[in-house]
Amino acid sequence: MKFLELPPRFLFFTGKGGVGKTSIACATAIQLAEAGHRVLLVSTDPASNVGQVFGVGIGDKITAIDAVPNLFALEIDPQAAAQAYRDRIVGPVRGKLPDAVVKGIEEQLSGACTTEIAAFDEFTALLTDAAITSAYDHIIFDTAPTGHTIRLLQLPVAWSGFLEAGKGDASCLGPLAGLEKQRAQYSAAVDALADGQRTRLILVARAQNSALREAARTHEELAAIGLNQQFLVVNGLLPKEEAALDALAAALYAREQAALAATPDALRGLPCDYVPLKPFNLVGLDALRQLLVETPPHLDTADGEPVELHAPSLSELVDGVAADGHGLVMLMGKGGVGKTTLAAAVAVELAHRGLPVHLTTSDPAAHLAETLHGSLENLTVSRIDPHAETERYRQEVLRTKGAKLDAQGRALLEEDLRSPCTEEIAVFQAFSRIIREAGEKFVVMDTAPTGHTLLLLDATGAYHREVARMLDAKGAHYTTPMMQLQDERRTKVLLVTLAETTPVLEAANLQADLRRAGIEPWAWVVNNCRFRRRRPSVTG
Amino acid sequence: MATIHVFDPALCCSSGVCGVETDQALVTFAADVDWAKQNGAPVERFNLAQQPLAFADNATVKGFLERSGQEALPLILVDGDIALAGRYPSRTELARWAGVKEVEEVKQGACCSGTSCC
Repeated sequence: MKFLELPPRFLFFTGKGGVGKTSIACATAIQLAEAGHRVLLVSTDPASNVGQVFGVGIGDKITAIDAVPNLFALEIDPQAAAQAYRDRIVGPVRGKLPDAVVKGIEEQLSGACTTEIAAFDEFTALLTDAAITSAYDHIIFDTAPTGHTIRLLQLPVAWSGFLEAGKGDASCLGPLAGLEKQRAQYSAAVDALADGQRTRLILVARAQNSALREAARTHEELAAIGLNQQFLVVNGLLPKEEAALDALAAALYAREQAALAATPDALRGLPCDYVPLKPFNLVGLDALRQLLVETPPHLDTADGEPVELHAPSLSELVDGVAADGHGLVMLMGKGGVGKTTLAAAVAVELAHRGLPVHLTTSDPAAHLAETLHGSLENLTVSRIDPHAETERYRQEVLRTKGAKLDAQGRALLEEDLRSPCTEEIAVFQAFSRIIREAGEKFVVMDTAPTGHTLLLLDATGAYHREVARMLDAKGAHYTTPMMQLQDERRTKVLLVTLAETTPVLEAANLQADLRRAGIEPWAWVVNNCRFRRRRPSVTG
Repeated sequence: MATIHVFDPALCCSSGVCGVETDQALVTFAADVDWAKQNGAPVERFNLAQQPLAFADNATVKGFLERSGQEALPLILVDGDIALAGRYPSRTELARWAGVKEVEEVKQGACCSGTSCC
C-alpha cells in the first residue's frame, strides 16, 4: 500500500460517509503499532465508533488498546469538550455569583458555536502540544464525514487569518475570546497541516461516481489551503473473480470499473491504492488485520439462512406520511447509508400523488442535484449551501443593522461578521425558514450526517430556550422550531440505516439522542437490504 | 482621562452578530466603543459569559448583580463608580465621561459623497 510507505507523523483519513474511513484508519493504526511504532488513533467524528471497532470504551481520555501493544486511542466528543470548556469558565465563579447568573452563563455557552470551537481547540492541541506529539511516532485522525472535515481542517487557516485581521477586542470570536493568548498555537497548527514532511492526507473513496467526485472536491479544497501530500485509497473494490459467480456481482463489478474509468482528472495524479472488498464484517481486531493484507484468507461466511423480514415497503410508508397533507420529513443516519437517495425517493412518491413537495438538503457535501436529474411537477429541489447562506446573512445584517453606522463602524461590523460563528447561525436560520414552510406543504430534508445533525438540533434547542425566555416574560403565544420538531403530526423523522453493525448502532444512538430532545422517530428505513423481498424495507 | 468599564450581559460576542437576532443596540454600541478608543478613551468591556471572574471580583458589580440580577445589565462604571445601568450609553455620553471632544462626522473627501462617481 503506497499510503503506508514512509508515513509522516500525522495521517488524516477523509472521504464521503460510509466509504470505510474508520476501518482503514484503524487497520493502519494496528499495522503501524504492530510494526513497533507508538501510535495514537484519534476520532474527531461527533458520532465516533472507534471504541466499537476495538470492542472497548475509549472516550475523551487517551486510552491504551490492550489487545494491540503501542496503540492508543482518543475520541474527541464535541459535546464533552464543550462541557469541559463550560466548567473551566463557570467553575471559578460558582458560589461567588448568584445561582441564576451562573445558570445564565451556562445557557449562553450551550450553543453549537461553543461545541464546534471547543472540539477544534482539542484538535489543535494534538497537532501542536509537544508533550502529546513527542509521545507518539504517528497520530492518525479518523476524521468526520467530508463536509465537516473540510470545515474542521479549514478552521485553523480561517482563524489565524481572522486573528491577524481582528485588531481590537470587539471581534466576535464567540465563546473563545480568550483565544488571542493561543495565537501561537493556532498558527503552529496551520504550519503542521501544510507541512508535507509532517502531514499526509488520505482520501478514501469507493469505486462510485459520487464518492470519487467528492474525493476530487476535497482534494482541490484542501490542496488550496496548503495540504499537498495527498493519497487516494479506493476501498471495497469487488474482485474480478467474483464477477464470474453471479449476475448481481457481475453488474456491480461492471459499475465499479466504469466509475474508476471515469475518475475525475484532479485525482489522476495522486498515488492510488485499491483495497478489495472483504467477505467479512469489519468489526474486531482479526478482521481489521486482514483489511490491508493483499491476499485475504478464505473465510467461511455461511452464517445461517437469509432472514425473512416482514416490514412494510417504502410506498406504504409514504402512504402514512401523505395522510397528514403537509409536514416536515427528515431523514437521518450515518453518512453513506443513502439518506439523499431515499429523501429523493420519498419526495418523488409524494409528488406523484399530486402533493406539493419541497426537497432540500443541509448536507455540506450534498449531491442531491446529482441524484435527482430533471424535475417533476409539484416538486421543487433546493439546498442549504452554508457559504451562500452565510453570505446572505452577512448582507442582511449589514443592510439592516449596519444602516446607520459610519464607515468605520460598518467596517467593524463587517469584520465581526467574518467570525466562524456566523456560518452556524446562518445555516440555522435557513433551517428554521424551511421548517416554517412545512405548515403548508411537504418538506423532505436529507439532513447532514449524524453528528452534524445533532449539533444543528442543539442549536434549535438553544433557540427554543431563548425565545421561550423572551416571550414568556411578555406572555405571548408562540411556536418555536423545536416545538414543531417535537410534534409528530408536523415532523416525521425517518432513521436510515444499512443492514450492517455500525450504521444500525449509530441509528440506535441517534434515536436515543432524539428522544432526549423530546423527538420520537417515526420509522426506521433499512436501505440496500438483500433479503428475499423487494427493497428497501421499512420497519417500526 | 476617566476609565470606562462596561459589564455586558452573557453574550456570544460583544457586537451581537452571533445572537438569534442581531441586536441593533449592540451593533451601534460596538461601533461607538471603537470610535471612543480611536479617540484615546480608555474603554474596556467584560462579557459575563466569557469573563465572569471580572464580575465576581469587583465588589460594586457583584453587589449590583445580587441586588438587581443579570437582567439589569449592562452596567457601566466610570472610574469605579456606577454611571449607568440597564442600557448602553450613547456616543455623546461616552465622549462626555471620557472627556473626548465629539467632532461632527465630516465625510472624507468629496469623491463619494455624490451618488455614483466611484
